[in-house]
Amino acid sequence: MFAQRLFQQPTAGMIRAMALLLLALPLLAGCGYNTIPTEEERAKAAWSQVLNQYQRRADLIPNLVETVKGYAAHEKDVLEGVVEARARATQVTLPAEALSDPDAFRAFQEGQAGLTSALSRLLAVVENYPDLKANQNFLALQAQLEGTENRIAVARRDYIEAVRSYNTTLRTFPSVLWATFWFTDNRPFENFTASEGATQPPKVDFN
Amino acid sequence: MQDRGTCLAPAARCRGRRQDGCSPRFLAQLLVPALLLAILLPVAVLAAATLPALSGRVVDTAGLLDAAAEAALAGKLEDFERRSSDQIVVATVPSLDGEAVEPYANRLFRAWALGQAGEDNGVLLLVVPDDRKMRIEVGYGLEGTLTDLHSRLIIENTMVPAFRDGDFSGGIARAVDDIILVLEGNAAELEARARRNQQTVPGIDIAAVLFITLWVLLFFGGFAFAILPRMFGRKLGPGRYEWLGMTFRYDGGGRSSHGRGWSSGSSGWSGGSSGGGFSGGGGSSGGGGSSGSW
Repeated sequence: MFAQRLFQQPTAGMIRAMALLLLALPLLAGCGYNTIPTEEERAKAAWSQVLNQYQRRADLIPNLVETVKGYAAHEKDVLEGVVEARARATQVTLPAEALSDPDAFRAFQEGQAGLTSALSRLLAVVENYPDLKANQNFLALQAQLEGTENRIAVARRDYIEAVRSYNTTLRTFPSVLWATFWFTDNRPFENFTASEGATQPPKVDFN
Repeated sequence: MQDRGTCLAPAARCRGRRQDGCSPRFLAQLLVPALLLAILLPVAVLAAATLPALSGRVVDTAGLLDAAAEAALAGKLEDFERRSSDQIVVATVPSLDGEAVEPYANRLFRAWALGQAGEDNGVLLLVVPDDRKMRIEVGYGLEGTLTDLHSRLIIENTMVPAFRDGDFSGGIARAVDDIILVLEGNAAELEARARRNQQTVPGIDIAAVLFITLWVLLFFGGFAFAILPRMFGRKLGPGRYEWLGMTFRYDGGGRSSHGRGWSSGSSGWSGGSSGGGFSGGGGSSGGGGSSGSW
């Protein structure tokens, strides 16, 4: 339809608009064409770091569960809760291409939040087992888990900042022109919601 | 064709809308987020606790260390950085104003950019006496050597007992010894890292030398050809000289208006940290390390 109209009745105004566009494009490339792709890649890289750290946490869990089992085998519910939450969390994958999908993002976030709360229940139960708390292997795992939770927090903060910046370029003045006229497929990325008590790092008390 | 189509379509839509008096609203849609951002950004910056300036390898804002201990510590850290290029910085802050120690340490580490750029081999030892908190924040590049467990052990076994006795100087000095010991533990990696970074800091770049030579030749070459033929060449006629087998022509006073500006095109060397002043090398941290309290 459009093509037909384009070829059959090329009005003078249309030709002039085309010519103007062709002339203007290389000029415009110098003023802000790169902003949106740059910001998008930065946000995607920050997301990869988030995934990386969540994966690191998931990799620690089998070892942790095994160690706890040796001392507190009858805490079956808590241990199984962690294993199940880990399985659920690792099932939900969210590649960087799907970051603008709110449902997928929420599903991912819920999966990880479930694992976080299962882990904090496990660490709370551990408080009742002094032998386990003194176990060298457990101490090592606990230090790594704590470090990983902190790395997750840092990666999430970086992602939030990168997405804020990317979404802003899609909606603020010079770059919004590029977003409306050229990068029409670029959608704002989803961000972590702040009201998320469940993803607080598990509290670990050493005293 | 397809590109042009997608490009034109919104333009057409826009033109149609403007007749309905839509354009002020469109403008408002643009302006409101921009204004909000302009208002909120400074507020967000102000809300965070201020960070101390990086005045040296030991930044004792809380005043936990006496002058002698501080000087000894700074000397030790400088010596270690010269050997390994790893930047260790000790910071004490009186209070965090309610912020958790982990995000604060990460902010401070990134603000100071500890460790060499690209290598990210910095370590920040932070002590907060009012909150009774400490943290060892490790840069990306050292996470594999100074692991979270190492940091935890140094905090639990070295710092906490000393701090409980009120011995801050001793606790910090021994913790720094431990950190250096761990970092030195992987000797091969340590030497490799030191070599990698020494090459980049004082080594003269061949590309830079070529670049400068080329520009010097171009610049002074112009002068040389403007002046030397007149001085040493054979005069053929008015404004015409022969020199080195080439004929040069000079037209009247036209040349004098041909001014050239001298732009300092050479890249400045960053002073590293061997000089008197000390600055971070541009490294970053992703939250590695461990924290504790006493």
